[in-house]
Amino acid sequence: MDFDLNDEQRLLKESVERLTTDRYAFETRGKVMAAEPGWSAQMWGQYAELGLLALPFSSDHGGMDGGPVETMIVMEAFGKALTLEPFFTTVVLSGGFLRHGASDDQKAALIPQIADGSLKLAFAQTEKQSRYDLFDVAATARRDGDGFVIDGAKSVVLHGDSAGKFIVTARTGGERRYKGGIGVFIVDADASGVSRRGYRTQDGHRAAEVLFESVRVGADAVVGDPDDGFPLVERVVDEAIAALCAEAVGAMERMHELTVDYLKVRKQFGVPIGKFQVLQHAAADMFVALEQARSMTMLATMMCQDEDAAARRSALSAAKVQVGKSGKFVGETAIQLHGGVGMTMEFPVGHYFKRTTMIDATFGNAEHHLARIAGGASLIAA
Amino acid sequence: MDLTFTPEEIAFRDEVRTFFREALPADIHKKMAEGHHVGKEDIVTWQRILNEKGWAVPHWPVEHGGTGWGPMKQYIFQEEMQRTPAPSPLQFGVFMVGPVIYTFGNDAQKAQFLPRIANIDDWWCQGFSEPGSGSDLASLRTSAKRNGDHFVVNGQKTWTTLAQYADWIFCLVRTNPEAEKKQQGISFVLIDMKTPGIDVRPIQTIDGGHEVNEVFFDDVRVPVENLVGEENRGWDYAKFLLGNERTNIARVGVSKQRLERIRALAAQVSENDRPLIEAPWFREKLAATEIELKALEMTQLRVVAADAKRGNKGQPDPASSILKIKGSQIQQATTDLLMDVVGPFALPFQEGEDDFSNEMPIAPVWAGPAAPTYFNWRKISIYGGSNEIQKNIIAKAILGL
Repeated sequence: MDFDLNDEQRLLKESVERLTTDRYAFETRGKVMAAEPGWSAQMWGQYAELGLLALPFSSDHGGMDGGPVETMIVMEAFGKALTLEPFFTTVVLSGGFLRHGASDDQKAALIPQIADGSLKLAFAQTEKQSRYDLFDVAATARRDGDGFVIDGAKSVVLHGDSAGKFIVTARTGGERRYKGGIGVFIVDADASGVSRRGYRTQDGHRAAEVLFESVRVGADAVVGDPDDGFPLVERVVDEAIAALCAEAVGAMERMHELTVDYLKVRKQFGVPIGKFQVLQHAAADMFVALEQARSMTMLATMMCQDEDAAARRSALSAAKVQVGKSGKFVGETAIQLHGGVGMTMEFPVGHYFKRTTMIDATFGNAEHHLARIAGGASLIAA
Repeated sequence: MDLTFTPEEIAFRDEVRTFFREALPADIHKKMAEGHHVGKEDIVTWQRILNEKGWAVPHWPVEHGGTGWGPMKQYIFQEEMQRTPAPSPLQFGVFMVGPVIYTFGNDAQKAQFLPRIANIDDWWCQGFSEPGSGSDLASLRTSAKRNGDHFVVNGQKTWTTLAQYADWIFCLVRTNPEAEKKQQGISFVLIDMKTPGIDVRPIQTIDGGHEVNEVFFDDVRVPVENLVGEENRGWDYAKFLLGNERTNIARVGVSKQRLERIRALAAQVSENDRPLIEAPWFREKLAATEIELKALEMTQLRVVAADAKRGNKGQPDPASSILKIKGSQIQQATTDLLMDVVGPFALPFQEGEDDFSNEMPIAPVWAGPAAPTYFNWRKISIYGGSNEIQKNIIAKAILGL
């Protein structure tokens, strides 16, 4: 049993952290966030240059053959830096569909464009009624010749405003909440019948409402089995959850550092406030919550490609619960210990808190995943 | 990163598991599995079975009877023992005074005491806490004045666990009241409980049990050869001992066994005419505890794996304070869940009831230990350095506050 990174992984961690430390100061981030498109094309180019956009893909298609640990390293570093670029949606999430479901032709066509930074993708999944149920799909894909015609409305499509292509779930058969009959399709953002409205999210990222009206796609747009795409969706989302957990751990670690630093410099009653035991204990509680989240993120990272879908799902849900609870506790306590300045846009800590809060609300919050674990078998295996 | 056990570790786990299942006497297993107290005889019986097998003190150096296992195997061994569930060895001997004697004691002490600790020929208890010295242990006042080839000990110890059975007590005593710092005037001595002047008085705890005692010393004469290490260096030995205590404190295996039992019992009782295990509120509470335990297990394994890499030489990881805090909270949460399961049958006070009683039963026998354990286990977040002390350690040693 080994929880340490190997030499190559340590090198990756150092180079990503160096890049974000040098180029992604808090003030820089603020300017990027305020301007269009809401993320930095220059940083995107740097990620491409560093190979990050090719990281999880097979070297057969120009990738770097990275696994979940490499994704964890990058996402944790991005969590610490609060980066805004569409790395998660393009490389982890949409990239996951390509890696696990796409044909060789699809991979050969798209992965090089992702790797060189020219193509951004977004996952159009959530609908107004679906909440966190991935199988709740009202959008339809009607067979038409050897292609399909897609109709439906998708909500909160992360980075959907700047995506060149969408990965879309749409129903080829069955009732709205039937787990079969779900297809996964690649749709051009500028295809006829696609319209979108982009907006800012609470944490300074971007998203879009996307409407698909009689959008015609060919047979080559289908990812995997058009009548049984749900296992693919679950598998990809599990990997995405592990990545989000890592990002949240990075953000929590920074919140904790910022808070402990602040306790050392802020003076009241003639002493640094960190001398007060009630605040020391709150900071210690934050540390415990952070380390428990880190432990479960490591488990999630190692389990997210497990072939046993039930064991995989339960480990990922457990991690999402722990990270959600820890993130809430660390974030709320960080704001409280900063006092008034923690409430201001000017201080970084609140921005981290907003990010971890939105991560909890993505792909199932702590309560959703707790209910899932409660509905299943014991986590405590023999 | 690789979070799986090696094939060798899995084979070891299976070997240990099989041995525990086969070697543990059925009556002791039944008591343990149902959450009843095990008595002195049970602990002695089990310890001697382990000693026969050569597994009485696996963490000790090989020359004193240890097995030479690395930290991961030690962890697997302890977890399997807890899950069986088998009685844990008497902490005060094999985990506390034993390591102090083989690390700081002289050859005569090693020869006299170590084999008897391994075979539990001597029952040891711990004389650290005093009425005025709890978390501030270094303020202790029990004195030991040199008089020829003896120390004369006067004072009082308290919270002395299972002293009613003890043959020996290891004590922190003040040998130099003039020392500049209070930590500097303390010595570590071994005292025969049969020495005249020692009086043990029981303390009844809120669960109704008798685990802890007060121990009074009135002109107790202790031969100087019972001093461990150097005079006035006892505080260092005590810190060493308490550091060892924290590495084993998460008790993940105990909580796993208890949660498994709670799940099984919750299928047997009903609420709203359906098995309690189907009630959503209960399932969520159980699941939340299981998730906490899974996270604790991963944190524990991180500490063990780091220990293994360091070669098990360094000081205990200050992160082990996390293990104490979360470990105690989760153990206490299991007692709360069992209270949920027993419901109204938590109320009757069942004194020594067993399956063979001819009296009219007042409640299911299995419900008997629920409330006493809930009350008794409040101690877990208090002993071994209270959880508040653990947070002080994190704040100072890790956060630099």
